[in-house]
Amino acid sequence: MVSAARIAAAPLGRSLAVALLALGGRAQATFSRHFDGGYDPDSSDRLVGSETGGIVVRNLSLRYGERCAFENLTGEFAPASLTAVIGPNGAGKSSLLKVLAGIIRPASGEVVCSALARHRLAYLPQQDELDRDFPITVAELVALGDWRKFGSVREVPPGLATVVHEAVAAVGLSSAIDRPIAELSVGQFQRALFARLLLQDADVILLDEPFAALDESTTEDLLRFLQRWQEEGRTVVAVLHDLDRARRYFPTTLLLARVPIAWGDTPVSLTADNLARAQNVAAPPENDRVGQTA
Amino acid sequence: MIDFLIGPFVTFGFMRVALVACFALALANGPVGTLLLMRRESLDGNVLSHAVVPGAALGFLYAGYSLAVLTLGGLLSGLAVAGLAALLARSRPRLHDTSLIAFYLVSLSFGVMIVAARGSQADLMHVLFGTVLAVDLKALVLIACISSVTMLAIAAFYRPLAVESFDPAFLRAVGGGGGAFRAIFITLVVLNLVASFQAFGTLLAIGPMLLPAAAARCWTRKVWPTMALATLIGMAAALAGLLISYYAKLPSGPAIVMGAGVIYGVSSLAAGRTRLKPRGI
Repeated sequence: MVSAARIAAAPLGRSLAVALLALGGRAQATFSRHFDGGYDPDSSDRLVGSETGGIVVRNLSLRYGERCAFENLTGEFAPASLTAVIGPNGAGKSSLLKVLAGIIRPASGEVVCSALARHRLAYLPQQDELDRDFPITVAELVALGDWRKFGSVREVPPGLATVVHEAVAAVGLSSAIDRPIAELSVGQFQRALFARLLLQDADVILLDEPFAALDESTTEDLLRFLQRWQEEGRTVVAVLHDLDRARRYFPTTLLLARVPIAWGDTPVSLTADNLARAQNVAAPPENDRVGQTA
Repeated sequence: MIDFLIGPFVTFGFMRVALVACFALALANGPVGTLLLMRRESLDGNVLSHAVVPGAALGFLYAGYSLAVLTLGGLLSGLAVAGLAALLARSRPRLHDTSLIAFYLVSLSFGVMIVAARGSQADLMHVLFGTVLAVDLKALVLIACISSVTMLAIAAFYRPLAVESFDPAFLRAVGGGGGAFRAIFITLVVLNLVASFQAFGTLLAIGPMLLPAAAARCWTRKVWPTMALATLIGMAAALAGLLISYYAKLPSGPAIVMGAGVIYGVSSLAAGRTRLKPRGI
């Protein structure tokens, strides 16, 4: 009697399990469609050549309350260009990057950037904007770069570990791959973030002071990635402080001092005359900073 | 010894219900509290625990001690304040803590005024400090449901919740829908505060959520172990607090929070050496 009931119940249980699994799969798919930016892991929407699109800005202005971060910015970060954004403190460089990345909405003007809409834009914030105490290891941090492959709820693809190892090796951090980020030095942490950028495979890469407080050898290593990205046809924009570095490695420069002073080929933009003008325009009558984002 | 530990729970039904309710709360509070600490939003959590009061008080005003109305009111006003705070934070990010404190003060005084206008001193004490021992079966079922939903939601959304708290700009850049997960998490926090509110009142509701998680973080930095340890610590504090309140005839809610506080103090002292290790070596 008991065994008969069990035999009858077995297929019932199995079909119930199948139904539940199907339900779970459907829920997961629906969820991904709504919350994961509608991304389909099987479609490759990476465009090539000039199609990757640079960034065009028209009459862009940003204000923090009464104070203007920058204004009247019009121009183009051309596709596959490598641009340095240079300017005095409080000139609105970091704010500009945040607007380009879609983090802050500008007061007026527009940004045309197809990479942003296609989630093909990568933004590297200043280091102190990330919580270094966060309990995450280097491998986990780097693996996030492949987010588009697994999203919020899907299983991670089987090849992820290999890709992560390769990226971590490429930035020279293999020995620290399983260490929590709290134990990394500033330079090592920046290397880890660059490894994440490698996985992210973005068309447009925005870097906010990527070399601040880094030693020479780390800077040299990371600069090579910027050049490689440009050769691969990606649009790279980096906020810099070091004029020599800009002259040596960056073909294009935007000199910004609340208003654009010069935007074009680096030797033409970074003349002594332009730099002096930038200092004068930006010399702030009051000494308040635009918060930590200045 | 055994009798000392389980005697009260064998003898009295209300002690059993209180213990089970606290265990259920601890199960959800471990993960939620850990995430709250990881996001560095303990202040937000504290404010939300007071934001529950006006709604619950209004519910009390119209329906008396009706569990459904109190819960719904608390939930609604908690979510409303969370939404307002998020709006304010977007427009004036640098004044975030100031506006949070303003919300906290206004909610609390508004709630207390409503309760005092209609109810007695005992009602006021109930709103402020809760009554673990007065948790009945209906409230227990509610608490159990909220804990279950919370644990399921965190299990399902753990990945985006964690990433969103670490690097929201990154999540947005890769199209991960950051705002949605923030909203989900805040809703979970408010839900659990509403559940805690029944037992611990508005002033202490955040205690069983934050203190065990803070204590657990002294011992481990990994997330899953922290969540599990926080749950265990929360349960231990509940058991100890209930026993102390029973034998020493002290109020039970504060005794439980006190227990968690003692565990936190001991943990941070014992683990102090490892936590002081400088980074970057």
